[in-house]
Amino acid sequence: MRPSQRGVRGKAETAARAPLSLDGAELLLSMVEARWASTNGDARRMESQLKSQQELDKVEEHLAKLEALPGQNEEARRQIQELQSRIRALRTQVTVNYDAWHKAELARHPQRPHTLDYIERVFSDWSEIHGDRGFGDDPALVCGMARFHGQEVMVLGTEKGRDTKQRMYRNFGLPNPEGYRKALRAMKMAEKFSRPVITLVDVTGANPGLGAEERGQAEAIARNLREMARLEVPIVTVITGEGGSGGALAIAVADRVLMMENAVYSVISPEGCASIMWRDTTKKELAAQALRITARDLSELGCVDAIIEEPAGGAHTDPDRAAQLLDAALEKHLAELAKLPLPQLVVSRYNKFRTMARFFRIQSS
Amino acid sequence: MAWFKRQSADVDASGAKKVRTEGLWVKCDNCRQIIWKKDLEENLNVCPKCDHHFRIDARARLALLLDGNQYEIFDSNLVSTDPLNFVDLKAYSSRLAQAQSETGLSDAVINARGKLNDRPVIVSAMEYSFIGGSMGAVVGESITRAIEQSIETKAPLIIVSASGGARMMEGVVSLMQLAKISAALARLDEVRVPYISVLTDPTTGGVTASFAMLGDLNIAEPGALIGFAGPRVIEQTIRQKLPQGFQRSEFLLEHGMLDAVVPRRQMKPYLSRALDFMTRAA
Repeated sequence: MRPSQRGVRGKAETAARAPLSLDGAELLLSMVEARWASTNGDARRMESQLKSQQELDKVEEHLAKLEALPGQNEEARRQIQELQSRIRALRTQVTVNYDAWHKAELARHPQRPHTLDYIERVFSDWSEIHGDRGFGDDPALVCGMARFHGQEVMVLGTEKGRDTKQRMYRNFGLPNPEGYRKALRAMKMAEKFSRPVITLVDVTGANPGLGAEERGQAEAIARNLREMARLEVPIVTVITGEGGSGGALAIAVADRVLMMENAVYSVISPEGCASIMWRDTTKKELAAQALRITARDLSELGCVDAIIEEPAGGAHTDPDRAAQLLDAALEKHLAELAKLPLPQLVVSRYNKFRTMARFFRIQSS
Repeated sequence: MAWFKRQSADVDASGAKKVRTEGLWVKCDNCRQIIWKKDLEENLNVCPKCDHHFRIDARARLALLLDGNQYEIFDSNLVSTDPLNFVDLKAYSSRLAQAQSETGLSDAVINARGKLNDRPVIVSAMEYSFIGGSMGAVVGESITRAIEQSIETKAPLIIVSASGGARMMEGVVSLMQLAKISAALARLDEVRVPYISVLTDPTTGGVTASFAMLGDLNIAEPGALIGFAGPRVIEQTIRQKLPQGFQRSEFLLEHGMLDAVVPRRQMKPYLSRALDFMTRAA
């Protein structure tokens, strides 16, 4: 990388005199393309895809710097823009070719926007509410009142935290029973005052801890499932990152279940499945494939209602754009739900789950 | 030349090991005592020496609860369609076929209509020996249909759980069964028909996190393993040895998660007593 980077800069600095030539940038791009081509179809493609992404990031950065340099003519600008669009196309290609395990990695990407990132960008007047009125407050599951396009809504979601300290505080986004109970309390309050509920799901799975078992996480999840099924206000759920089994479902019994393009939703983590079914955690790629966890899989199985597009390369490449796309989807679905009279809303939510995932046949005896 | 020579080269080491005394004596898993099998069976598969409750299958459970072992099975003809075409070390479809031939059931639950001390009831009994009693699309549908039967006929519902949780081989499809069953239970709750959840060894995962914990009463057999995350997973995660009796019925009772721990022999009288309270005299 190094010599060619210098090459780019060297060329660009002389750009004021000579007509700008983008040899260096082209070279960079061709390297990326070559790398993509060589690894595509390679058995080690899985690892290198993330690296390709990182290289693309770097190329884009350099192009941006080039663009900012003074003294460029129209032709150079046009070329830069062309290259940028080529980068976008490559990014899309990289994402589309992701297989299930890579989607799982993308869904867990450390830079992926979390619940609070979306709340900050999509809602206004966020006022968090705390505590389950029984045992404590759970920072892994945040609830609060907010405004969405001027409308009062209850927002809740699991929050993983960004840096190490936050992650510890948020228990890596693994809710305790208090979290589920707080969520239910918040939803009941929304019901009382006729405000729609929006839930954002990004949770690895159930909390495998002593305390969570002692305080009955199974009961807390079960109760949420039952009460959400009959809550008398519209509920929209978005799986933004990981939808990890019961922990996710506990806040996902909704009129509309939407899924971000690179999110995953599963009954067990690929690692967990690999260790149980293959007795070997290194078989996680196989397990991810077998479990059918991607948004497209879920949509084909009829378990989610719609897929929300993400910026090319994944939500982490452009959190603002991701939030805009989420915003648009929420607006559309909330508006549709607002048209339904209440009793009909609850009945259609019931029917939706009643007829979902009916994969059985009747055997003639 | 050797003194001893193997007559035939191919010794068949495959096939199940045969125990010659099988069928007469049983060793208790808990107290390690040898019990005459007939004694054990007469004692409802509860160890006469230490009261350890052996696991029993769904049919034995129905016989235990329903008057005169008389009942009518319904919705027994549902079969999974293997929605994911799941293959791990072995294809799910062949696991299914094997479980079906071993248990004679189409999936891990039996729905039955019968009488409990002369009162009509609906019982769903789970079969642990069918792929760990795991819940996929068929178990989800069967239990939902049992709930709907209860709503329709107003007969109280009893679900006897024995399950490792959601069926991994059906992926997210099995997860959605939790939502479906819980939603149906909300309807049952609204029409005020009693639902008693009986938890037996083991009840874990998605089954605990849905219908098993949603009874008007949640009662368990002594010593049953009940939890959401399995004990091994917790042990690996927190890297500590779990306390004695963790996730056993008595532990849950102590932590306020169960209404009662009821020995097998008293289960039927207890249910009958509870249903007296919950149903109005005709």
